[in-house]
Amino acid sequence: MERPVLSVSQLNERVRSQLELDPQLSDVCVRGELSNYKIYPSGHHYFTLKDSESSLRCVMFRAQASRLRFRPESGMGVTAFGRVAVYPRDGVYQLYCNALTPEGTGDLQIAFEQLKAKLASEGLFDESHKKPLPAFPERIAIITSSAGAAVHDMIRILGRRWPLTKVLLLPVRVQGPEAPPEIVGAIRYANEFHVADLIITGRGGGSIEDLWAFNDERVARAIYASELPVISAVGHEPDVTISDYVADRRASTPSNAAEIAVPDQEEIREMLSSLSVRGDQAVRKRLDALRERLRRYQEKRVLSDPMAGIDDRRQDLDHIQQRLCSAEERILAGKKQAFIRLASSLDAMSPLRVLSRGYAVAADPSGDIIKSASALEAGQKLQLTFSDGGASCRVERVHLDHGGET
Amino acid sequence: MSEQKLSFEQALERLDEIVRHLEKGDLPLNNSLELFEEGTGLLKNCSAMLDDAEQKVVKLKKGPDRKPEELPFDEEL
Repeated sequence: MERPVLSVSQLNERVRSQLELDPQLSDVCVRGELSNYKIYPSGHHYFTLKDSESSLRCVMFRAQASRLRFRPESGMGVTAFGRVAVYPRDGVYQLYCNALTPEGTGDLQIAFEQLKAKLASEGLFDESHKKPLPAFPERIAIITSSAGAAVHDMIRILGRRWPLTKVLLLPVRVQGPEAPPEIVGAIRYANEFHVADLIITGRGGGSIEDLWAFNDERVARAIYASELPVISAVGHEPDVTISDYVADRRASTPSNAAEIAVPDQEEIREMLSSLSVRGDQAVRKRLDALRERLRRYQEKRVLSDPMAGIDDRRQDLDHIQQRLCSAEERILAGKKQAFIRLASSLDAMSPLRVLSRGYAVAADPSGDIIKSASALEAGQKLQLTFSDGGASCRVERVHLDHGGET
Repeated sequence: MSEQKLSFEQALERLDEIVRHLEKGDLPLNNSLELFEEGTGLLKNCSAMLDDAEQKVVKLKKGPDRKPEELPFDEEL
């Protein structure tokens, strides 16, 4: 039977999937000495872990490397946590390291690093899962011991900074084997009944053993599962617990948690007075601008002296009246002239005027004007009218211009 | 008045909104003055809330029906 011929990629892929089948290799803890330790500009750390007989290639990516709490150097004895897998490009297997602890660390520290590496690889510390804190929480649930300074510090600082927030204490034991289940129970209870809009859980300082409940995997998972945002506040500044990594916000101390949780009323009062000043200024500016506009209108003559317009109109009226009058006079004068002309021509045509020049008018006894000599007969009576009187006459003889005689 | 029902945060947000409107000056004078009055009221309320606030601290206890019961918190130093 012929053997199948594999490509290099196929073979490497085959080895890779074989290695992945071993669950132990996905979560290992290995002790050795660091050598050839290099930090690349990408932020990833590359190194070899070796003992007297053998060596192991290792890589630690930037996200995990940034959580290192010491500076690893070649020659240092360490314990490394992570998973073993194949890097197919080079056909080598290597340790994908999640955490490193220097030699000489105790069992608890190693357990801590192991759990941290495990939860980190599960994504419990992912920034994307972190919830924003309410700006003005109305109720805060404090999950801690009801004895001890921590709770009193928190209540005092919360009250001084923001007395509007109601504080609900869920008392739990914070050390000893009962502590983790009690803390977990309180976190779940606060969520179930939505007793607050923010949780602070933690305790005052102590030894690594005292703080251990906050390195418990159950507590970490309860914080992760909490729908209410959680501030973790454990110990003093340098103490970092698993709860700190998984919480939505890490406070360095319980007092610091109280400062993070609520606004400072002094700052808010300042904000209020600045808003008040800004509002006043805005309205005053607006009113000033309107007043200025009003003032400009008032400067105009029509508004300051309303009679000015009427006086002007009155003058206009006078002008018009004058023009009307003169037009009337002109028309009258014209008419008068025409009348005089007519009257004088009428006068010229007056019969009396004609008579005054030496003419007389003849009329028959009935008064009809005689215009022709041919209408006369001898013996006929005539009435002659002169300009200053008349005469009754009798025709003696009629003679016509063309020689006729009657 | 409805503004009494606003939480401090809502009142503060509304105040901020009012001041920004006033500063923009894009509203008729009447509305601006109404807003100004509303803002003044909110300011007074907010200050009063802070002045009158008395911190409440209780201890929560799981009642017989599992529901939370509030107990007075005694100083147990």
